[in-house]
Amino acid sequence: MGSMNKDIFVGADVGASRTKVAVLDGEKNLLGFCVRKSGTDFQKTAADCLNESLNVAGISQKTVRRCISTGYGRENVSFRDDTKTEIGCHARGAYHYFPMAITVIDIGGQDNKVIKLDAGGRRLNFKMNRKCAAGTGAFLEEMSFRLDIPLDKMDGLARESTDMVALGSYCTVFSGTEVLEKIRQGKKVSDIVKGLFYSVIKRVMEMDALTEKVVMTGGVVEHNPYLVDMVHEITGRDILVPEHPQLTGAVGAALFAMEA
Amino acid sequence: MTEEMKTTRKEISAGRILKKVMADYFYEMDEAAKTGSRKIAWCNSVGPAELLRGMGFLVYFPENHGAMLGATRMATELIPYANAQGYSPDICSYLTCDVGSYLQKKTPLTIAYGIESVPRPDVLVFNTNQCRDVQDWFAWYARELGVPLIGIHTHRDIGQIRKYQIQDIAKQTEDLIPTLEEVSGERFDMDRFKEAVAFSRRTSELWRACLEMAAAIPSPWTFFDATIHMAPAVVSRGTKEANEYYELLLPELQGRVKEGVAAVQGEKHRLYWEGMPIWGKLRALSEQFASLKSCVVASTYCNSWIFDQLDPEEPFESMGRAYTELFIVRDEPYKQQYIKDCYEKFRFDGILFHDAKTCPNNSNNRYGMPERLSDKLGIPVITINGDLCDLRCYSEEQAKTNIEAFIEQLDER
Repeated sequence: MGSMNKDIFVGADVGASRTKVAVLDGEKNLLGFCVRKSGTDFQKTAADCLNESLNVAGISQKTVRRCISTGYGRENVSFRDDTKTEIGCHARGAYHYFPMAITVIDIGGQDNKVIKLDAGGRRLNFKMNRKCAAGTGAFLEEMSFRLDIPLDKMDGLARESTDMVALGSYCTVFSGTEVLEKIRQGKKVSDIVKGLFYSVIKRVMEMDALTEKVVMTGGVVEHNPYLVDMVHEITGRDILVPEHPQLTGAVGAALFAMEA
Repeated sequence: MTEEMKTTRKEISAGRILKKVMADYFYEMDEAAKTGSRKIAWCNSVGPAELLRGMGFLVYFPENHGAMLGATRMATELIPYANAQGYSPDICSYLTCDVGSYLQKKTPLTIAYGIESVPRPDVLVFNTNQCRDVQDWFAWYARELGVPLIGIHTHRDIGQIRKYQIQDIAKQTEDLIPTLEEVSGERFDMDRFKEAVAFSRRTSELWRACLEMAAAIPSPWTFFDATIHMAPAVVSRGTKEANEYYELLLPELQGRVKEGVAAVQGEKHRLYWEGMPIWGKLRALSEQFASLKSCVVASTYCNSWIFDQLDPEEPFESMGRAYTELFIVRDEPYKQQYIKDCYEKFRFDGILFHDAKTCPNNSNNRYGMPERLSDKLGIPVITINGDLCDLRCYSEEQAKTNIEAFIEQLDER
């Protein structure tokens, strides 16, 4: 590794569902990263993620100059120097990959964010989903459980749909009931799954009007890239996606660490 | 942010007197309820309190009790008892927690003052200017306790105020008199009524002056302080006790301004709070804003007890005017202009809208106002989902993150 002697900057994004750690060098190169279930011991998960990221990068913890933590568990990261909100970090991370006026749509495990940035990367406004988890990763997790389909099979199934089933309910629990009804009616599972994806998109699209270029980030997009195709289809817009959408917040946090 | 979390705050010393003012208010009422020495009227917060005082009633405000139930976080436990009686969790949580409190025979007055229960009313008097729920709320007690229910039905969504609207409210107020005379056993006395209006006008002037102290940079107090210190303006307006209290508070705030005492040390951002307080989270929110060096300097809510129009020489008509010019009954353009005027006065950098789940009338984010105001004033806005009393409707972590992200956004400007 060429960055052995350089300062290293760490971003730790402890989300409601997954913990993500990104390790950057001073030139903003992503040297290593790790994603794990956040579990119940945020502190340990974050520390384990850091160790693994550093191992991947082949660097020692001593070279870590500064760390910013973010996400719901941001206060639980013992090795942090400071914290930033996940809204700020997703914005910073998305702008790093796409330095222009953008609307960031982040679909996370527990909440969604729509963040608007100007050409200089400054936040113009942001919105988070209301208390309800409809339209978040938690919704798809619940539905995968109800339908007894592994989460990692959902994307492939949605792509096979030929006649999407429309779901009307706001509520995750009521959507579950609606899905059972569709099964009883003999609808194809792939069509139902695409309907679930469409439901996620609708919840996000109603949060704010999209302006500028749209960037999609977050774990749900990382594991279900068909969502991006669907948003493109629905909006007629080209949708930009970073290389590791799930890591965007952690990368943003590392960039804040660098810029502090 | 972590290292900034510890903040020191200089307490407002009038607060000690406030405790006594409130205690005296409740003890007097409790005594009257037990002995029957004075008649008690229940009145909603912007109901015709001046008339009631002018006719010798002691005036009790169930909305104040609702706020106490919220602030003590008793509300969330008590609301379901009203829900079970058919009162939806989607309607006013002041109503539902207060009815739940009655059903369960639990009141924060016991903890605060050793008072067993709220005072039994002799008459219930509403004004629907706050919402229709106040009428339904009092109607529940009217049925339960067999007490007369009378009230004033306001005009709503008012743009330009017309004379007929003021005359109508004035007449409706006057029409309350026969029932009130019957309940009190006393004849209406115009001089006594005018005196109550004059006291109320003075309360309003003093309260406005206190609130306007927050126009100073740095602000000597916060919205969260004001929600506590407003209690006499709500429950004792129209009495000399309320005026004596603000005659004490105002010089203290003036002194703070003169000495540059900041309510939030290192005040970096100034905000406007639009909508109801989240009573059960006042302290947590106050501390979070202070830790972010941000001062909530003004609010529509605290301003709602300013009644410049009251005039003892025209008591009915001026009450009609005061209760018709209220923010809450006005149309969207008026409300927007009102907040713009506050912006000119208080010079805030952002507006927080509280979307209170059970209080649509006091949640002004629902028809695009945040977006319009942001465009018009060129400042960011944020909406927090929550409720005045029902903490089941409030996700604290989400709200905290939203607020922190909002302040980060202000920092970037």
